[in-house]
Amino acid sequence: MTSEKTRKEIVIPGETIAEGDDFLPGDWTIKTGKDIIATRIGIVEKQDRLIKIIPLSGVYIPRRGNTVIGEVKDMNHSGWTIDVGGPYGAFLTLKETPGYVEESDMETVYGIGDLVVAKILNVKRTGIDLTMKQRESGLGKIKDGIIVRVNPHRVPRIIGKEGSMIRLIKEASGCYVTVGQNGLIWIRGDSVEGKIFAKQAIEFIVENTTTDGLTDKVEQWLKENRPKNLVKNNPIKAETSEMNGGMN
Amino acid sequence: MAEKSIFTKRPDGRKMDELRPIHAEIGVVPNADGSALFAQGDTIAIAAIYGPKTLNPKHMQNPEKGVVRVHYNMLSFSVGERIKPGVSRRSQEISKVTEWALSPVVMLEELPGTVIDVHINILQANAGTRCAGINAAAMALAHAGIPMKEMISAIAIGKMDKTILADVNKEEEDYDDGEGATDMPMAYLSNSGKISLLQLDGRMQADRLKEALELGKEACKKIAEIQKKALKEYK
Amino acid sequence: MVYKITKKNVLEAINKNERLDGRKPFEQRKIEIKFGVSNRAEGSVSVKVGKTHVVAGIKMNIQKPYTDHENEGTMTTSMELLPLSSPNFEYGQPTIEAVEIARVVDRGLRESRFIDFQKLCLEEGEKVWSINVDLATLNDDGSLLDASALAAMLALLTAHFPVYDDKKEKIEFGEFTDKKLPLNLENMSLTMTFFKIGDKLLIDPTREEEDSTDGRITMEVSKPDKDEMINAMQKGGNATFTIEEVETMVEESKKMFKKLKTLVDEAAEGFDKDNKKIKKEKKE
Repeated sequence: MTSEKTRKEIVIPGETIAEGDDFLPGDWTIKTGKDIIATRIGIVEKQDRLIKIIPLSGVYIPRRGNTVIGEVKDMNHSGWTIDVGGPYGAFLTLKETPGYVEESDMETVYGIGDLVVAKILNVKRTGIDLTMKQRESGLGKIKDGIIVRVNPHRVPRIIGKEGSMIRLIKEASGCYVTVGQNGLIWIRGDSVEGKIFAKQAIEFIVENTTTDGLTDKVEQWLKENRPKNLVKNNPIKAETSEMNGGMN
Repeated sequence: MAEKSIFTKRPDGRKMDELRPIHAEIGVVPNADGSALFAQGDTIAIAAIYGPKTLNPKHMQNPEKGVVRVHYNMLSFSVGERIKPGVSRRSQEISKVTEWALSPVVMLEELPGTVIDVHINILQANAGTRCAGINAAAMALAHAGIPMKEMISAIAIGKMDKTILADVNKEEEDYDDGEGATDMPMAYLSNSGKISLLQLDGRMQADRLKEALELGKEACKKIAEIQKKALKEYK
Repeated sequence: MVYKITKKNVLEAINKNERLDGRKPFEQRKIEIKFGVSNRAEGSVSVKVGKTHVVAGIKMNIQKPYTDHENEGTMTTSMELLPLSSPNFEYGQPTIEAVEIARVVDRGLRESRFIDFQKLCLEEGEKVWSINVDLATLNDDGSLLDASALAAMLALLTAHFPVYDDKKEKIEFGEFTDKKLPLNLENMSLTMTFFKIGDKLLIDPTREEEDSTDGRITMEVSKPDKDEMINAMQKGGNATFTIEEVETMVEESKKMFKKLKTLVDEAAEGFDKDNKKIKKEKKE
């Protein structure tokens, strides 16, 4: 009896994934002659007539609307350059901060080395435009909390179907967790043990992404490894992200 | 057509086209964006990829496409007579020919203004080090998610007297009788069937070259299968 | 990746006696030892401490002795922070980090009188054996000095003389004798570095922890039971230390020595056993 969720086969660069004219070449594929070939290591996905590769590794692929966490690298009179991973810079203009920022205040609001949570407004060929204007909880400067870095391609598994996996972690650890699509994850909470526990839970998921029945395994791991002195469902008052772009 | 030699067996008992035992593994350097170990007999190479990342200083960037930067070096204790740590002229040359071998395979037009750093270190040497390095680097590039049109494999073809051999080891490389020692490293692209590395150390009769290249091609195909298998173990 | 905020996290955790990877302040990461990194070396070993991975190789040669030590062999230690092992290492002249590690490891090995240099003399004033201890990183996740010192020790413990043709005065590199290096095992020196962040001490930091610390003191010790000897010390970083803190380190080093020594002895035994097996198989 084969389980319903069998591990999908991994294809490698140069491998033929389709022949003939049944399919059109999508992301990370090329057509040479009659064959469609994968150009990155990943899993094949078919969408109607389009065949593409979902990469397993490599740099973060930015998409409009993604929440990302990045480090401020530089600034000029029009805004801040932020590193969200990958070779291309991301930029946050003064216009895209929630409130009004004077040019002279820029360093205090977001200084070099600060980590910020933002959303992707636009993806251009040579760069990414960021915004913090969307009135969402969690956008702004990170002042407290632990950062975990993972392969961006693992992020969907960490979030889980409709956020189910990340919810498990939040409940078990009593922490608030913001997952950046670029692979940076921000954990904040009252207790140090809780934050470390959440970090280890995420690392457990990353090590087991290809396993079947991961949700059950994670539930079990959380039960077995919970620090004894951790109070469950700690009221999360440590909402340490800064609203209004850090101008309070 | 040159006379075939009376050689029927190699010092380690292998057939003329037989490769040394190979061990290939990915993910050996956790810090790197991609990494692999490739061992061919007693030759062990480790490769790590960092990139693509923005190439600085800016004036070195190519706005049309990315660049591959290779650094090949041998560990001081990888050979019998110790090598002083640091870059040598030999390692500089091998770095460059390796770059020329790998670049055609990487889709550099997809990565303008960036650089992909390829670091190759030889832990243990028994001939064919640059080929083991290329084999490891190819796997590391794929592991790192760098877009590639196809895979690349490399092998050192040699000759003992008049017999052409695949995957020479040090003993065979040092063999100095008859026509003398020969070492022909080559790299072959799996899909397009093109050659992206070709060198010759020693001498070879012109009308034997085709035979050598064909032997190399078959050997590279075998290596490509092994690389593929190791990559499919990706976790 | 180390961010501005990382130091804050490391400090917050350690003030509660915790660490970001769940360890306690004086808890070491898992150590994995594998011999035979290069069969062309007189001795070689791979040491993993958590994700930190270093390799050590011993190469020997024959040369003229130094004029002030005419009847002693020589030893040189080198350290390569390979760019392969971290995005932060670059090519070029050895940095102070690499130089410091090489020199501190070397001092511990030398001062402890672990190697009997006089037994390396072939002809006084003319011919002595020289030992090259070459270290290289394969993955950097902090605490490189301790991992390197351990690797150097293990490589020396399991190294064998190469075959030397007296008449031809030629070393047959690649061929090894059954003879191990002349070592005074009871002088074995083991290294541990104590790091300071805020006013707390910890050992074996990961890279993000190490980059968050303010200073460190390395101690290379031997004979913890009989009459503990400190064979080398090195304070690094801008932090300052109290005398009490240094005394704590001496105490802790005794405990850690025992744990490490058990590991080293087991590993060396395992190596000898495997070696005998291989030799037996070769003869058959």
